[in-house]
Amino acid sequence: MFNNFNKIPGVTSFQSKTDLPVLLPYQARSSGDPLDLRFSRWLASSSPWLMFALFLLVSLYPMAVMAQSKYTLEDAFSTLWRWLPFVVGSGFVMNLLISFFTMLIGTATGILLGLGQISLLPPVRKLSWFTTQLFRNSPWLVLLFIVMLTFPFEIEIGDSITHIPDWMKAVFGLSLPIMANISEVVRGAVQSVPTGQWEAAESLAYSRTQTIWKIILPQCFKRMIPPWMNWYAILTMATPLVSLLGVEEIVTLSRQAMEAEDNHPELLIPFFGFALFLFFAYCYPIARWTLKLEERYSVKL
Amino acid sequence: MTTNNWTPEQPIVSVKDVHKSFGELEVLKGISFDVMKGEVICIIGPSGSGKSTLIRCINALNEINSGSIKVHGLEVNDPDLNKLELRKNVGMVFQQYNLFPHKTALENIMMAPMLVLKESKEEVRAKAEVLISKVRLDDKKNSYPGELSGGQQQRVAIARSLAMNPDVILFDEVTAALDPETVKEVLVTIQDLASEGMTCILVTHEMGFARELADHIYFTDRGVIVEHGPPATFFKKAKDPRTKEFLSQIL
Repeated sequence: MFNNFNKIPGVTSFQSKTDLPVLLPYQARSSGDPLDLRFSRWLASSSPWLMFALFLLVSLYPMAVMAQSKYTLEDAFSTLWRWLPFVVGSGFVMNLLISFFTMLIGTATGILLGLGQISLLPPVRKLSWFTTQLFRNSPWLVLLFIVMLTFPFEIEIGDSITHIPDWMKAVFGLSLPIMANISEVVRGAVQSVPTGQWEAAESLAYSRTQTIWKIILPQCFKRMIPPWMNWYAILTMATPLVSLLGVEEIVTLSRQAMEAEDNHPELLIPFFGFALFLFFAYCYPIARWTLKLEERYSVKL
Repeated sequence: MTTNNWTPEQPIVSVKDVHKSFGELEVLKGISFDVMKGEVICIIGPSGSGKSTLIRCINALNEINSGSIKVHGLEVNDPDLNKLELRKNVGMVFQQYNLFPHKTALENIMMAPMLVLKESKEEVRAKAEVLISKVRLDDKKNSYPGELSGGQQQRVAIARSLAMNPDVILFDEVTAALDPETVKEVLVTIQDLASEGMTCILVTHEMGFARELADHIYFTDRGVIVEHGPPATFFKKAKDPRTKEFLSQIL
């Protein structure tokens, strides 16, 4: 029964039946901090039935409320149904768009920062380390606020003025913590390559750049995929944060839709429950897939 | 290769009074020896006597604290040393093979000459094909290291090192991780090299091999060379009690 606690992220408990390490199950590459997949593991450990449970909740809750109100279940659902194209098409799609672009920018800059962390030049290494730690340990919402409020809403290049939409600024804001975490993923993966590989490359007169790009990175590329996907799932789940800054994504639009429908409290659970369902349906398969890849890649090499 | 001021009458590797410490721990306490071109040198001694550290200093994988190591006229202890230039002259084979797992046997051999020496692909491929049959692995050239046995991997590693046309090859306990049956196939490969005149410096526990093949044997203990000599005298007329004890344990 104690093992159930392991499903809660951050809680580790175990029953020790033996204290002889050789008798414990072999754990291929115990997941160190940088390659940690705690979130994916937690998400993937939930039953696929949860999806239906969420759906049931969304559909059954209004029944209970319905008894005291004139607003019927049918009303609530036809309302949700009517707003569905808007909430999904303009809302959830925006969440996905933000997550794609954030991941793109975060990965590109994160790889550079991660390589900076293993640079031989002390200033580069220290600055990269500091940047990584700074953005890894800052609350995402605070970073978002800073970027949203300090970035200009339009930039002048020559005599043309380019308007920067809110969602783009949100992408920059979310890219910062993603960049820092991908930086750690890269550093961790590079350091997980045995030193013998560096020495073999060195003794064959490879330059450091050649060693990194031709020998080390190709080997740890596969190992970076599961933690990278883990961060993608975390990021996607975090995209509704930007609703606090007025970016029009699923939560913002759901609220607008409910306001347009006279703020019936009966609508809260169907609308937000539906959002919950969408995120779960999107991220759960990613988490399962992440763990599958993790399993496959940890056996090889 | 840069020939600089080296002439064939001089030792190709010249080690003089080398000291090396890891923090407080002094591993090498004044080691000196010379290796002429075409010689086979075996360094033996108990674990922790600094043998591996010593040969890793020769291609600058470890830096030395004082003394001098000259390889083909290049001073290893020179802060301005171009390490890449040095390492083009010195090959190295490791105990754990250290093949690149994401490349096939042939690619492992071809990569360095193409990337480092900038030789053309056709030229390198022809050379690699010759080398892979030299180590008797023609049928395995497209296998990945994970699909090869330890002995086969080690022979690929030797071929990989040879592809750079080094003047000297360092062998760091290359048979220590192998099964007894596969040790022989690797030793035969090294024997072939030696008979072709390749300069070899080996750290080894294979006494039979050292006795048969070495031109000179050095026995190290606690960071110094205790005794040395050609195999005939070394094995029969060891004078130092430490050497005698070591040999009595191992033979």
